[in-house]
Amino acid sequence: MTTLPETKSPIGSFTAAAFATHLAAQPSSAPTWWLDRKRAAYESFAAIPLPTRTNESWRFSTLAGLTLDGFEVGTAGPSRPGSDATTSLFGLPALAFANNTLASRTALPADLAAKGVIVTTLSAALNSHPDLLKAHFMAQPQKLGSEKFAALHTAFIGDGAFIYIPRGVEVPAPIVITHSASGAGTAVFPHTLVIAEENAKVTIVDHFVSADSASTPDNPNSKLQTPKFALGANDLYAAHGSALTYVAAQNWSRDTLSFQFNSTVVRRDACVQSLNLHLGARQARHESLSQLQAPGAFSEMLALTVAEGAQEFDQRTLQIHQAPNTKSDLLYKNALRDTAKTIFSGLIVVDPDAQKTDAYQSNRNLMLSDDAEACSLPGLEIQANDVRCTHGATSSRIDPEQEFYLQSRGIAKADADELLTFGFFEEVLARLASEPLHDALHELIKTKFKK
Amino acid sequence: MANSATDTLPPAADPATDNPVVGIDQTKGDFSYKVDYEFDAGTGLSEKTVRYISSVKKEAPWILEFRLNALKKFLSMPMPTHWATKDLENIHFDKIRYYLSQGQKPKRTWDEVPDDIKKTFERLGIPEQERKFLAGVEAQFDSEAAYSNIKDLVAKQGVIFANSTEALREHPEIFRKFFGKVIPTGDNKFSALNSAVFSGGSFIYVPKGVKVAQPLQAYFRINAENFGQFERTLIIADEGSEVVYMEGCTAPKFSTSTLHSAVVELVALKGAKIQYITVQNWANNVFNLVTKRGVAHEEAEIKWIDCNIGSRLTMKYPGVVLKGRKARGEVLSIALANDGQHQDTGAKMIHAADETTSNIIAKSISVGQGRSTYRGIVHIPRHLKGCKNNTECDALLINSNSRTDTYPAITVRGDKNATQHEASVSKVNEEMIFYMQSRGLTEGQAMSLAVNGFINDLARQFPMEYSVELKRLIDLEMEGSVG
Repeated sequence: MTTLPETKSPIGSFTAAAFATHLAAQPSSAPTWWLDRKRAAYESFAAIPLPTRTNESWRFSTLAGLTLDGFEVGTAGPSRPGSDATTSLFGLPALAFANNTLASRTALPADLAAKGVIVTTLSAALNSHPDLLKAHFMAQPQKLGSEKFAALHTAFIGDGAFIYIPRGVEVPAPIVITHSASGAGTAVFPHTLVIAEENAKVTIVDHFVSADSASTPDNPNSKLQTPKFALGANDLYAAHGSALTYVAAQNWSRDTLSFQFNSTVVRRDACVQSLNLHLGARQARHESLSQLQAPGAFSEMLALTVAEGAQEFDQRTLQIHQAPNTKSDLLYKNALRDTAKTIFSGLIVVDPDAQKTDAYQSNRNLMLSDDAEACSLPGLEIQANDVRCTHGATSSRIDPEQEFYLQSRGIAKADADELLTFGFFEEVLARLASEPLHDALHELIKTKFKK
Repeated sequence: MANSATDTLPPAADPATDNPVVGIDQTKGDFSYKVDYEFDAGTGLSEKTVRYISSVKKEAPWILEFRLNALKKFLSMPMPTHWATKDLENIHFDKIRYYLSQGQKPKRTWDEVPDDIKKTFERLGIPEQERKFLAGVEAQFDSEAAYSNIKDLVAKQGVIFANSTEALREHPEIFRKFFGKVIPTGDNKFSALNSAVFSGGSFIYVPKGVKVAQPLQAYFRINAENFGQFERTLIIADEGSEVVYMEGCTAPKFSTSTLHSAVVELVALKGAKIQYITVQNWANNVFNLVTKRGVAHEEAEIKWIDCNIGSRLTMKYPGVVLKGRKARGEVLSIALANDGQHQDTGAKMIHAADETTSNIIAKSISVGQGRSTYRGIVHIPRHLKGCKNNTECDALLINSNSRTDTYPAITVRGDKNATQHEASVSKVNEEMIFYMQSRGLTEGQAMSLAVNGFINDLARQFPMEYSVELKRLIDLEMEGSVG
């Protein structure tokens, strides 16, 4: 945590001139309300100061790492049709974005298209579905401390995914979206918006990757050459009775400053499961908000993090129970190596009338080195009495007996760490219903242990 | 995420913060006695006030300097409202009296205590015969100790038990070394305030190897309107010694809010044990903003037992700095928040040596519109081995509009330590209440029994008279909470 007075520019590279250039590059078909929203967002971005040491929602974060200088809004540039090496893990992407622009797409199966499933770009949806966009795009309150960065996202967003599943439609296979960034100093603003209508069922996978470093595993000790800035967001809306599974795999290059804002609205009897896998970036902040708005709503929030080198993962979550008989279950697991640092700050809020709430929040930190640091801030704010709310946080090494056993079988420390990490993670991975998805995530996590 | 206490909630949901005493019966338990004060520093705080207090106490120049330095710090520090409740803004520092004294010398025997003060003690429920069992009583009647009775036995063991003025004057060689060291003046705004205007409180020194058989006790009481009480306590337990200290606090209700801001420092040297027990029952218009911290050296043990029943707003997080190998820290905390009350309590455990262990058990009960908050810090820095922390927070919500919050912060570095934290929120089991009612108890009695059951495993660890008093207080608070 920095104690020096901040002298950094609050807007950095994202100057009024850069914003004017961005606006001028918007297609002529872009509706006025959209441009107005961007202008308003830019204004609030510029007006809100950078977080300071006394900001409770940034407690324990390394504020010195939050620099907005030296970036340029990424453009299509040299065409780089979706990096196949990584996307193959989850299957063919329905949409692949590279540096804020659509690079490639795969047509939907005909039967789904016939049922009215829409998987398109935000820029197309601006004209085809303006009302849905207006109602859902960045529509939820920013309550976790990043109002400034969320505004920056809205101001500079280039394109993103728009997914609409009509009433009663079940999509059998996961819809995969990839977002890649390439080039030194590139700033990207990935976005995925999902609307699951009544009784719809769908699984979405967001895969974030740096195209110019995906093929070789990053060496944390190498000189950082291609700093990037990734500021992503997603809006998930689960209508009455729907079931939405959302998996995000973040594997930006090791010199990326990353933000990801997750906003979930769960309506009556709907069920949302989200799993965020954090592997990449130099410093990554993830904010996840779940609003349980009607009886029977259920939100399951899962996250897995492998933190190594000098990486910092800063995770902030908020579960708001706004109606009676709602349920939320959060489990965030971090494995820490080297001098890595993780911060978990979670809050369960039970509104005054949300009786019969069942909320759970758990943060488990597996300490695998003597220099790693784990901070936990599990919080509760309960204003109804007939509830079951519990939270737990543990930080510890693995059972020494298990370690001893592995050693006695001749397993090297690095391999033992990997085995123990997978054993530790399995509880979360096993909650995924889809086996191929489980295996793909497993594979992806493995890449982090390859030397 | 502690900021969300105020930031993330719609304003309408929190009327209690704006004016917590609205609609509260202000007369219940109301009593006070006319007191003639010989010394009165007047209202408001300035350098003049501080100089006045110091001169009345005939203090050494270094203490005056200490006070003036603290005053500067207090005036320059902001209110901690970026994380704490906005209710703090309702404290009017310029309307508070910072020092009142009758100018008496501390009394040595019960017979010398003036009758009207004895009368106050009777109302507080200290039966006259009980004093025979008390090792010593240091009762702070407004600023000064009105009565102190150190049993010969304790004095013979070499134990020094005096008020802050006396101790700093007569034993500076012992107390100066530790005074203001555990809690530095600038630790927080309120510790700075206390350092500027402190008076009264107990300074205790227990020599090497001495085990004080009976608990030492003190009662604090605010008797004047708009009076802020700033007692200062410093307990030093030398190597291998043991001592138990108990404090109780009460105040009659006044129409305007008053402030209590104490600083308590404990030093447990090698192998020493200190147990500090508080039953806080201030009137519910008292701001109770207290800083309590202990340093535990090698193999020493510090245990805070903290019960908060009264006050309008309590902010108190007893802490232990585990400085020596195998030191142990413990906080057992019970908080009961009724209408108009906010009990913002918790614990801090700072591990600074190998193999140190700490344990925090906090239980809170919210009744009516009461709000209880647990706030805690557990810190284990890098390159330590074998440190362990266990934290458990349980909250019981009695009525549908009761509120509870939990904001722990746990930092662990390295892979040779272990922490675990658990919190739960629940309500009283309906079947249990129904069963008790079917056996002829009223709903209120059943509820009271259930609440006492909830805290029983903690209350059992208290000295007997305190657990009895606690039970009585809970019965009183639960009256009329249901139905």
